[in-house]
Amino acid sequence: MNDVSVIISRLTESFLLNCRLFALTLAFSLPLGLVIAFGSMSRFQPIRWLVRTFVWVIRGTPLMLQLIIIYYGPGLLSMAFSWPSGISGRFVAATVAFIINYACYFSEIFRGGIESIPQGQYEAGQVLGMTKMQIFFRIILLQVIKRIIPPVGNEVITLVKDTALARIISNKEIIMMAGEYTNKGLIWPLFATGIYFLVFVGVLTLLLGWVEKKLGYFRV
Amino acid sequence: MPILEVKDIEKRFGLLQVLQNISFSLEKGETIAIIGSSGSGKTTLLRCLNFLERPDKGRIIVNSEVIFDAADPSTQRENEVREKRLHFGLVFQNFNLFPQYTVLKNVTLALELLANKRPDYKQRKKAIQVEIQDRARALLSQVGLSDKLDYYPHMISGGQQQRVAIARALALEPDILCFDEPTSALDPELTGEVLKVIRELAERNTTMIIVTHEMDFARDVADRVIFMDEGVIVERGSPQEVFGNPKEERTRQFLTRYNQK
Repeated sequence: MNDVSVIISRLTESFLLNCRLFALTLAFSLPLGLVIAFGSMSRFQPIRWLVRTFVWVIRGTPLMLQLIIIYYGPGLLSMAFSWPSGISGRFVAATVAFIINYACYFSEIFRGGIESIPQGQYEAGQVLGMTKMQIFFRIILLQVIKRIIPPVGNEVITLVKDTALARIISNKEIIMMAGEYTNKGLIWPLFATGIYFLVFVGVLTLLLGWVEKKLGYFRV
Repeated sequence: MPILEVKDIEKRFGLLQVLQNISFSLEKGETIAIIGSSGSGKTTLLRCLNFLERPDKGRIIVNSEVIFDAADPSTQRENEVREKRLHFGLVFQNFNLFPQYTVLKNVTLALELLANKRPDYKQRKKAIQVEIQDRARALLSQVGLSDKLDYYPHMISGGQQQRVAIARALALEPDILCFDEPTSALDPELTGEVLKVIRELAERNTTMIIVTHEMDFARDVADRVIFMDEGVIVERGSPQEVFGNPKEERTRQFLTRYNQK
């Protein structure tokens, strides 16, 4: 049971939960963040106000609290909706909480990026007869992406480590797993988890650097 | 019959009256230079013609078709505006090239997007794309940039960027090409190459409206000159009349100030 290779394989297995949570959060919160960014820039004031209030609430409260509320909230408020029971329910609830939370942070980065593009770029597209969609997707977006890689990179790296918070609603992620050994008096697995995070973030850092280099062919 | 008639355009920004009673017309092949000090409304006028600003009053008529009427909202629908603004081309003071595209792609992009909508696009895709590439190359060689096709905007000088912007505007074959202080953002030694290109366009009888601070250039190239001050057209006429023998006191003052520089 306390064989090193067994412990390592169990740690690795539980780290896959962190990885899945990370990947799903990223895949959904980036596009959702763009939608929220547009909402917070809407010319229709009630929408702008609503979206900015939402972003304030999500950024203004701990992710840990949001996880608890999202997971236990429906049951405590005896709502018709409930999460599926067991492991999958806990994981889905955690994923939803993470997606909403990160989408709000990304939305502010996107908003800053979009607003930093000079008006002249839009106008040049307009006088060339382009539609709003064409202007955004063919001209603006790539310039925004280039500008926001560093702050998005920051969030992405934070996300890797935040996945450990999923344990608060009993998702057996890697630190929770290591904690089981700590309770039995075995301390090294807990330290070992740090290596998993370090390696993961190391790979991400290389990847972000590569993307930045790829977009280095033009200047904004 | 004039290609462009501007009738009684007015524009306010809040309480500030930027344009008032602006009327003029332009014949095909003619070049008009608009001069005047900063804040006189020249740029706003060009922006109105290009639908970047919406006049509060007045009409814009191209080839006898009313393309804008402040009193008639049906002339201001987004989709139609997009087509109607193609009567005009605009070259900006700050070039506004798309930084992530090569010189060639800057010129072809809008053509490609418009070609998408052609009914025969699917069948003739290859041929159309070749046409577009050839046209862009021809225009870039016309402005003397054949050797810079694959460069990105940040790799070339301001004068070269502005010449790309001119080729980009020409690519859509506008009826009227507008220039908004095309050399104001350039170092003095780079203005010449841009003015030369515009001069060649005038020789080819391109219909143009040029807002400029280059008085000698305006005198040389323009068929007619409009002097604006505080949002109104103060004086208009041939370059000889406006520069040589201005009738209005305000024009004289403006030109004297310029000659002192």
